[in-house]
Amino acid sequence: MPDTLLEVRSLDAFYGDFQALFGVSLEVAAGEVVAVIGANGAGKSTLLNSIAGLVHARGDAILLAGEPVGGVPAYGMAARGVALVPEGRRLFPSLTVEENLLIGGQLGRPGPWNLPRVYDLFPVLAQRRHAPSPSLSGGQQQMVAIGRALMSNPKLLLCDEISLGLAPIVVRDIYGRLPTILSEGLSLVIVEQDIVQALAAANRVYCLQEGRVVLTGTAGSLTREAISAAYFGV
Amino acid sequence: MEWANIILQGVLVGGLYAMFAAGLSLIFGVMRLVNIAHGDLIVLAAYLALVVTETLGINPLASLAFVVPAMALIGYALQRGLLNQTLGDDLLPPLLVTFGLSVIIQNGLLELFTADSRRLQAGGIEVDSIQLGTGLAVGTLPLIQFALAVAVIAGLQWLFYRTALGRAFRATSDDQAMAQLVGLDNRRVFALAMALSLAVVAIAGVLLAIRTNFDPAIGPARLIFGFEAVIMGGLGSMWGTLAGGVILGVAQAIGAQIDPGWQVLAGHIAFLVVLAVRPQGLFPKVQG
Repeated sequence: MPDTLLEVRSLDAFYGDFQALFGVSLEVAAGEVVAVIGANGAGKSTLLNSIAGLVHARGDAILLAGEPVGGVPAYGMAARGVALVPEGRRLFPSLTVEENLLIGGQLGRPGPWNLPRVYDLFPVLAQRRHAPSPSLSGGQQQMVAIGRALMSNPKLLLCDEISLGLAPIVVRDIYGRLPTILSEGLSLVIVEQDIVQALAAANRVYCLQEGRVVLTGTAGSLTREAISAAYFGV
Repeated sequence: MEWANIILQGVLVGGLYAMFAAGLSLIFGVMRLVNIAHGDLIVLAAYLALVVTETLGINPLASLAFVVPAMALIGYALQRGLLNQTLGDDLLPPLLVTFGLSVIIQNGLLELFTADSRRLQAGGIEVDSIQLGTGLAVGTLPLIQFALAVAVIAGLQWLFYRTALGRAFRATSDDQAMAQLVGLDNRRVFALAMALSLAVVAIAGVLLAIRTNFDPAIGPARLIFGFEAVIMGGLGSMWGTLAGGVILGVAQAIGAQIDPGWQVLAGHIAFLVVLAVRPQGLFPKVQG
């Protein structure tokens, strides 16, 4: 594969004594969109949190552009160009919309994204820029969370369940902005429970079940039957 | 007129209490750390100022130029070297460690400076006063003290809501994990917050030492005054901290006027009344 940006090599992840991931391997090429699907508790969020540096990983279990980065704390991963849009959005409630975006860009990584570009992408945020972030609707909050991640000009953007709890029309609206985001050349890993949405957006798909990769392939090549079998383990 | 005078003195002393409180509330707000050694750090700053003024022969207010950066540096090192290791989901470890620190500072100062009361001489401003009208006068020192307190509070408020560092403080306070995801090293943010807190402590310590006698054992009482001002003010705004300090100062002044033995008690009673009537404080933190 040309230009592998992210390589995960037989990653194990633990929460205390509980093992959440068992030897998960995954690759993401530069500019590629990879979807990670699976049922609740399959380890999707744990995988993203490990890549982002929130969950401890073995040193050589995660390679970013060839550099071993397992065990690097989250702020170190952010400095290396990995941004996470976390499940549940997790905006900073005591910050305004604009402050949430600015703090996303506080590392000052060079790149195409800045405040005006994010407001171009999500014009509604420009109108609400001085509003306290908790006063926004769920969809608008999700836009802030994505904008905050983009502000760091990441090479790799990790999106955890961005459709969760949002109306279908809002989800379509947000997914409709993905091509604009991708045109800047970053790689994207999306975790989704909404398989249709994930398959439509992704080049390749990994399906997790109980902490293991049970199915992988290009988005076009996987049949619904194969996915259901992998999803439910039947 | 006598009462107007007493209340005015109380308000001005309140500025000093607000400065005791501002550093405490900053630390608690950013990292949920209750610094039991806060009062003793105020006393440490006072002794530091004593050494600087005696060595260099300068005015105590000029010694701020040394004491403030020195205390900020101590704060940064203390947080990075010790307190960061105690922070976690449990509130108890930092409480115990700062309690231990309080004991160490008190006994260290006792060894170095003995239990004798000391005082900083500021060349007459302690006793100067400005006549505001018949029967109404304010001391120059309390006035400087209050003006500095307002400046410090305004400065902190500005820093919190208008600067990138303040944004980082608030974001880290909201959600530590998320703050790391946007690239903030929370240990460094905490160390900067402690440095800032002890810079304010330095100003408070020097003013305290000009105003009154001090010895190594007076720290814990200053901690209590600081706590009371923080809790009465609420955690939502630094201006609340100033209001809390002023209420405490006025209550103590009124208590002392009724009976000198009631000075401290009256402050505690005012605290209990506010706590009973408005437990969230006068300016509570707005929840999203």
